[in-house]
Amino acid sequence: MTLIRRLSFDIIGLPPSPQEVQAFVEDKSPNAYEKVVDRLLNSKHYGERMAMFWLDLVRFADTVGYHGDQNVSISPFRDYVINSFNDNMQFDQFTREQLAGDLLPNSSPRQKVASGYNRLGMMSAEGGVQPKEYLAKYAAERVRNVSLVWMGATMGCCECHDHKYDPYTMVDFYSMASFFADIQEKGIYAGAHASGKWGSSINYPDPELPTLLKPIDDQITQLQAVLNLSTPALDEAQRIWETNNSEQVGWRVLAPLQATAEHGTKLTIQTDKSILASAAAAPQNVYTVTAKTDLKSITGFRLEALPDKSLPKGGPGRAGNGNFVVSELRVFFGEKADAIALQNATATVEQTLAGNATPYGKWSAASAIDNDAKGSSWGWAILPEANKPNQMVVETKESIDGNNSVLKFVIEQNHTNSGHTLGKFRLAVTSAAQPLSAKKTQGLPENIRTILAVDGPSRTDKQKSDLTAHYRSIAPSLAETRKKIAALNQQKVQLTKEHTRSTLVTVAVKPRAMRVLPRGNWMDDSGPEVTPTVPHFLRQVERAQADKASRANRLDLANWLMSKDNPLTARVFVNRLWKLYFGRGLVSSLDDFGKQGTQSAHPEILDELASDFIDSEWDVKQTIKTIVTSSTYKQSSQSDEASRTRDPFNDLLARQGRFRQDAEMIRDSVLSVSGLLVRKIGGRSVRPYQPAGYYAHLNFPKRTYQHDKGENLWRRTVYTHWQRQFLHPSLRAFDAPSREECTVERARSNTPLAALVMLNDPIYVEASRAFAERTLNEAPKEMGPRISFVFQRALLREPSVDETKIVSQLLVKYEKDFREDPVAAKKLIDIGERPTPENLDAVELATWTGICRILFNTHEFITRN
Amino acid sequence: MLQHPDHETMRATRRSFLGRSTAGIGAIALGSLLRPDSLLGDVVVPKWHGVINPPHFKPRAKRIIHLYMAGGPSHLETFDYKPKLAEMNGKPMPESLTKGKQIAQLQGKKLVCLAPQWPFQQYGESGLNISSKFPLIGSLADKLCLIRSMKTEQINHDPAHTLFNTGNANPGRPAIGSWLTYGLGDSTQNLPNFVVLSSIGRGGQAQPIASRQWSSGFLPSRLQGVEFRSRGEPVLYATNPPGINDSRQREAINAVQALNKIHDELFDDPEAATRIAQYELAYRMQASVPGLMDVSDEPQHVLEKYGTKGADGTFAGNCLLARRMAERDVRFIQVYHRGWDHHGNIKKSIETTAGEVDRATHALISDLAERGMLEDTLIMFGGEFGRTPMAQGSGRDHHIAGYSYMLAGGGVKGGVSYGETDEFGYNSVKDIVHIRDLHATILQLMGIDHERLSVKFQGLDMRLTGVEAARVIKEILA
Repeated sequence: MTLIRRLSFDIIGLPPSPQEVQAFVEDKSPNAYEKVVDRLLNSKHYGERMAMFWLDLVRFADTVGYHGDQNVSISPFRDYVINSFNDNMQFDQFTREQLAGDLLPNSSPRQKVASGYNRLGMMSAEGGVQPKEYLAKYAAERVRNVSLVWMGATMGCCECHDHKYDPYTMVDFYSMASFFADIQEKGIYAGAHASGKWGSSINYPDPELPTLLKPIDDQITQLQAVLNLSTPALDEAQRIWETNNSEQVGWRVLAPLQATAEHGTKLTIQTDKSILASAAAAPQNVYTVTAKTDLKSITGFRLEALPDKSLPKGGPGRAGNGNFVVSELRVFFGEKADAIALQNATATVEQTLAGNATPYGKWSAASAIDNDAKGSSWGWAILPEANKPNQMVVETKESIDGNNSVLKFVIEQNHTNSGHTLGKFRLAVTSAAQPLSAKKTQGLPENIRTILAVDGPSRTDKQKSDLTAHYRSIAPSLAETRKKIAALNQQKVQLTKEHTRSTLVTVAVKPRAMRVLPRGNWMDDSGPEVTPTVPHFLRQVERAQADKASRANRLDLANWLMSKDNPLTARVFVNRLWKLYFGRGLVSSLDDFGKQGTQSAHPEILDELASDFIDSEWDVKQTIKTIVTSSTYKQSSQSDEASRTRDPFNDLLARQGRFRQDAEMIRDSVLSVSGLLVRKIGGRSVRPYQPAGYYAHLNFPKRTYQHDKGENLWRRTVYTHWQRQFLHPSLRAFDAPSREECTVERARSNTPLAALVMLNDPIYVEASRAFAERTLNEAPKEMGPRISFVFQRALLREPSVDETKIVSQLLVKYEKDFREDPVAAKKLIDIGERPTPENLDAVELATWTGICRILFNTHEFITRN
Repeated sequence: MLQHPDHETMRATRRSFLGRSTAGIGAIALGSLLRPDSLLGDVVVPKWHGVINPPHFKPRAKRIIHLYMAGGPSHLETFDYKPKLAEMNGKPMPESLTKGKQIAQLQGKKLVCLAPQWPFQQYGESGLNISSKFPLIGSLADKLCLIRSMKTEQINHDPAHTLFNTGNANPGRPAIGSWLTYGLGDSTQNLPNFVVLSSIGRGGQAQPIASRQWSSGFLPSRLQGVEFRSRGEPVLYATNPPGINDSRQREAINAVQALNKIHDELFDDPEAATRIAQYELAYRMQASVPGLMDVSDEPQHVLEKYGTKGADGTFAGNCLLARRMAERDVRFIQVYHRGWDHHGNIKKSIETTAGEVDRATHALISDLAERGMLEDTLIMFGGEFGRTPMAQGSGRDHHIAGYSYMLAGGGVKGGVSYGETDEFGYNSVKDIVHIRDLHATILQLMGIDHERLSVKFQGLDMRLTGVEAARVIKEILA
């Protein structure tokens, strides 16, 4: 029992369920233990547990740390770490991606996220920061981090002087720093406290986004098929719509016989029967166009003003802004000297810009058939619709029989502001019933207007399908389908937004000069300039011949760290893994493999594990399996005064370690046992309950903490928002580090503050209540079996007689007490956002909440042994 | 030399305190099983006696109240009068002083002298020259020790605070208060040994203060400062949950203790015994806090003297609380006033901020003196850096090359000033006191040789005073 509990805590950071314990105890097969190891290593929670360990090292946090300690979005990096451990990514690759993901050939978005490692250090937006000083701070911190994380080396002291005990020199320090001199960054992120811009970042969709979008896309595809499906009813409806919306039923485009202009302007008839003006542009002009039609009863004319690339701003006019003014349109029939009487002029657009300058209040179509009653300067114009087709429609007062006689159109353009003449236009006639209106097609997209202007038979296939597609987009009978699609699309947008996070990444730029800073003084430029070089006394970076001319980069550094000839990295890492499974490294100074580090009592174990780690192609899970299946791991943690006196720190490994859980695991265990735990992997950082006013010391900007709602309250603690300057006080009380710098080893303190957290933090009271609910719902009704149930779930064992007595005594007391004070009972069970169940007796629930609270507060509960 | 600073050292020591055996706590547990109420009096709570025991020197101070004027108070309007600067008002600052020197927000700006904005006057028999905006502090001149030659290295607030509090600008080192408990042991078991109080003030931008300023760094976290808050529960999580009154809480703790004792008996686990002690301390702390925070037992004239109605989150209220904590044996009490960053309109800002601290500081010092506690209580008063003699508009920018600090009580001379800046108040030129020298002096007053309070961490012997040579300012010791 102790063994599977230990294993479960060590590998996934959560206690086993009583069922898992039972299954293990009952499994008599020789590899029963190994099966559990494999199951746990394959659990998705394994990655979360490993991330707790790794994120301390690489100082991952959700805020910038300096001064205003503002938020910065980099949570995808945390998920990258979790997923990489879960995928059992080779440790050498894991290293390369973090140090130099951006430099890998064709680096994937995931590798770019990994390169966020270089951006995890603290940053400042404090006014008055001298950029050069902070660039020096950032550079030094990177050397401290990379040397501690991968080399177990305390190079930090070499910022100001050569190492006192190890052969590291100042030149080594700054040469290491220059590996990182290519990182795009700023000394001060001025204004970032307001803008949130902390340098290079990408938007990174959650890996599960495509999976989440798939069902929506499938639905959209189905609905789209409905929209695309032709039915006779729909086709008929479209025909009617076309009739109603297009003049083309009656509009017959006229093929001009002749088109002339004055003042040397040239009019050319185009293949689409339109007329294009070119050559001299006159201040004013009159165009004359003749054409014939056999239409029986002409009821109106249409003048289309069309855009063309040859015209200023795309036309349709020749004025600099693409405008024109048709001051008068006159149409003559046959030999008749008088123009045809026209009425009811309309246009798709009538310019209102500077409309007050005209007696009509706008540049209306009406003023183009008024016989210049109010002056010859006014007419129809279209601004701001340059580069768009528009049209003007007029009715004949009486219908005319075309009879293949010549129709002469005189288009006068007499606006006094010179140059406002038509550039491209087209004429048409109709016999459709009056009233006619140009405005019928308004509101239709431009391309649809254009298509509608073409005779049905002359439309291209593309035009036909565009028109159908458009109709399907407005057909009333399809409204419901379209609404559904729109809602789904909205859902997609929302989902994509929710599942896309911005994250800091490394972008390589031209490396800045890096020099040795005498005594670490950033203002002193007298030191020699250095280039990327690993510490001088170690084997140097090996590079392909082709690269020798260029300077070494971060990828070279990563490759050097993970070279099979470099045993240091493996030893450092394996030693830290050992710590996870024994509470203490084989070399107890996890942070120092130098001369000042401690000696291992079992150097041969470390050597063998490290070389196996390298030989296994850096297989982390394999190495863990080797450790946890060893007989050393499976030993009892029981000690007595004699054995402790002989070997107080257990250097000889004659017993297992016994130690308090890490901060995250304590909370996670409580959530797990109570049933509150939400087992979702990854995502934005979450905000659990936190005492009001805890951020009162923050400024730029001032902050008010708002805890999350719903499932985010009960996520694993590795997802908790990590505020560097004010880490969640519950986590601090159990020694979680601020992550302002690399933390190789957390302290394991045992303090009154931690006791207060366990007793009084609302999450632990809420979890006690949830655990109590579970007990009342799942356990038999009698007191004895219920006590047994809470011990089994929380401590995975039966209570002793004495323990039962203690608990049942308190139970009786609480029950009586809460019975007399039901208000207090209600208050207790109302703590937390989890809804208070209606079906349970409040006094009974409060009583058991009190009991479950006791169990969570026991030393045994938070101890791994 | 200590091999490892963390739990192991402290646990090993605790173990010796507990004197565990079958006749120890375990026996108590069994005997008390069925009557957990009776446990309370039986719990042996181990006390941390520190790694420096006995002290290196006879301590001159038992405790420190650190009045932290955060933001960088101008020495030129408080403790360091410069008539020459008045003469030079509006004229360019001599380039010989400023060339190649660090500068903050005045980067690239024209550097012009700004006269002291308030007159100074001589106070007391000692005739110390102090700002007219500190009339009450001035009236205590003969008890004060002014250091007018301070020097720091960090010109931006955040790292400058970190340097002042931990001796290093990089995060991760223990604060002064943590070092003191580590060295000297627990001064009280009912309250934290290291307490932080904070007030914002009405003028200027409130300084952000990171919790790293009271972090225990690489020392065990039980040594960290504990913040006492003016709003919400005074100490985080030191309030019973709704529905749990004191007796229910006590019963819960008793039951936890009883279960832990059984566990300890069964597994012979020293950590369990420690846990029992910590739960007892937690209960005591929870019980002590309300009495500490409730000032209704203070006579009216005392409240008036401080200028406060009680624990209301003002600097005055916090000074009163500091005295109450001092009386309850809290060793290091840090009281922040966050309103000293006067980039603009320094004349008005000084008036506002000095007005907020003058009366309460005076009240605290004289109150302690009246109670006979000033002689073993060291008062520290000052900020992370000073301000430029050069104008930043109508204000002053950050300045590190010279500024002032005030000490009083606990083993320092009264009515003296030490060190000087140049006639512009730019550079400390005589008897320069670096932050680390101040640290060394504080430790000395508390009975500690600063070179012998060290812990091995990341390959270095870490000390509050760092690797550079630090000097105890013997000249100011009484």
